[in-house]
Amino acid sequence: MFNYVMRRILIALPVLFGVTIINFIIMRMAPGNPVDMLVNPKLPAAALEAKKIELGLNAPAYEQYWNWLTNVFQGNLGYSMITYQSVGKMIGEHMGPTLLLMGISLILGILIAIPLGVLSATKQYSKLDYFAVTGSFLGISIPNFFLALGLIYVFSLHYKILPSGGMTELGGSGGFMDVLVHLILPVIVLTANVAGRNIRYVRSSMLEIMGQDYLRTARAKGLREFLVVNKHAMRNALIPIVTVLGMEIPILFGGAVVIEQIFSWPGIGQMTMSAILSRDYSMIMGLNLVAACIVIAANLITDIAYALVDPRIKNSYQGAAAK
Amino acid sequence: MNLDKNSNAGQDEPLIEWDAGSSLEGETSSSKLFIRRFKKHKLAVIGIFVISILALCALFAPWLVPYNPNTITDSFSSAPSSQHLLGTDQIGRDQLSRLIYAARISLSVGIGAILISAVIGTILGLVSGYYGGWIDSIIMRVTDVFMSFPYIMLILVVASIVGPGLTNIILILGFLGWPSVARLVRGNVLSIKETDYVKASVVLGFRTPRILFMHILPNTIAPILIYATSGVAGAILDEAALSFLGLGVQPPTPSWGNMLASAQSLTVLTSQPWLWVPPGVMIILCVLSINFIGDALRDALDPKNKK
Repeated sequence: MFNYVMRRILIALPVLFGVTIINFIIMRMAPGNPVDMLVNPKLPAAALEAKKIELGLNAPAYEQYWNWLTNVFQGNLGYSMITYQSVGKMIGEHMGPTLLLMGISLILGILIAIPLGVLSATKQYSKLDYFAVTGSFLGISIPNFFLALGLIYVFSLHYKILPSGGMTELGGSGGFMDVLVHLILPVIVLTANVAGRNIRYVRSSMLEIMGQDYLRTARAKGLREFLVVNKHAMRNALIPIVTVLGMEIPILFGGAVVIEQIFSWPGIGQMTMSAILSRDYSMIMGLNLVAACIVIAANLITDIAYALVDPRIKNSYQGAAAK
Repeated sequence: MNLDKNSNAGQDEPLIEWDAGSSLEGETSSSKLFIRRFKKHKLAVIGIFVISILALCALFAPWLVPYNPNTITDSFSSAPSSQHLLGTDQIGRDQLSRLIYAARISLSVGIGAILISAVIGTILGLVSGYYGGWIDSIIMRVTDVFMSFPYIMLILVVASIVGPGLTNIILILGFLGWPSVARLVRGNVLSIKETDYVKASVVLGFRTPRILFMHILPNTIAPILIYATSGVAGAILDEAALSFLGLGVQPPTPSWGNMLASAQSLTVLTSQPWLWVPPGVMIILCVLSINFIGDALRDALDPKNKK
């Protein structure tokens, strides 16, 4: 197990390195200089010049990259070109609402997808199966911003029962219920996406397992169908679902950008859009880098979780180590 | 990362399986079989019908539209009437004409972007899977790097730097969409390269490009085709999201996404539904049809399927 985790980390490191390189290249394509972006623009002109020379503004690209990278690893993601605030600090302040939104949607989406997918596979070609599969297709085919607009139209404008945006009511309590009410619509949109993508995935994974010999054995020895499905089949079918969680994170980040913009949700998605619209490149690149790092971390955790739930991986590594 | 994990588990199976050696039946019988299996998917047949109509509309748009999509008529923000079947927008352009012209944009973005990413992904996947070793490691790590960035976010970032516009959107989606194709093709090549006919062509001394493109590529076309179909749907959705956010196809060129952007205004959303419901419905119809077709292709092209 230790070997496996170490190997995963060793594979993730060059990827992390590659992410910083790509990020740096994009920054150089953008107007302004990447190293320039690290300096607080509020400094007096002379200090600014000195700082820039110290950071190697006139140095060759690889040296600039190295300077930028060491700054990033010390937590200096640069300063916003618009608000002059520290990018790292601003991202930290806005991360919470995004993680809340993404977390709830991911959990709800999976909680809908697993039972529907399993039922749909055990009752293949039934009405429920058609319902689930069609729902799954709709979930991946309806643009999330269109669904969001439709929900706002129905629930906020027509029936006026749910707020159309924001995280708390202006002058409201800001308490649990207040946030919960504001969460409902954006969570519905993202959950529909997550569930849509995963229902068919669970279903086909389950269908594949249902044809396996060991299930025939289980039935042959007289096990009740309930146990066959829930104990023997589902456990094995759900193992690949663990990897899905890792794949969902980057998609959810993308969804969050669009959804937060529509619902004025004060997270990093909305921050990304306003940074892009105001051409705040240091902010954009900081956000991009942080998002990519979160994805890498999520993938690493998924990989390790996968080994924990699937003994075959652990064993294959112990076998390899013994050789 | 995921492929790697599968091989560790000793179940080195690509996402879409394609048994290279099994379709030895005659050409006609296999295409008949394909049509029979495809037809079983009623929704996919309807999907083909819908997409054909959309494609014809897009092709013959200039002859179909009642008005020029960019001409300003004398009534603006008017509700649907016999003169303007779907009403007019805020500056008086005929909504139906714009909707039909927008089909051109969406379909060309979908197809154009996928063509680019399929070509890049296929070549990288072939090379990576066939040569293995450090070439494979490098290509796969680069793939991992690109897949670590949240896709929509990376597209937005690049679009904000190179600038929006139809051609740029096609290029951006195309040049950023290849990693999943590369992974898919690599996985297939790994299993195909172990087959006897590939080993035979190596023994016969064929040059590598010939083996790659004449022997291996034809046997991984099916999964690429299936992937490309759903990829077209994805690209259309991405273009719509981008245009909706104002970083995609720029007005006055109509696109379903930028037509929906008008609904960000509260008056349009509440009192002018003819401006935002039709483009949204068109996106759903189009993407849903393509996804249904992709699903049927997956079933019909799967050699394991014996029905």
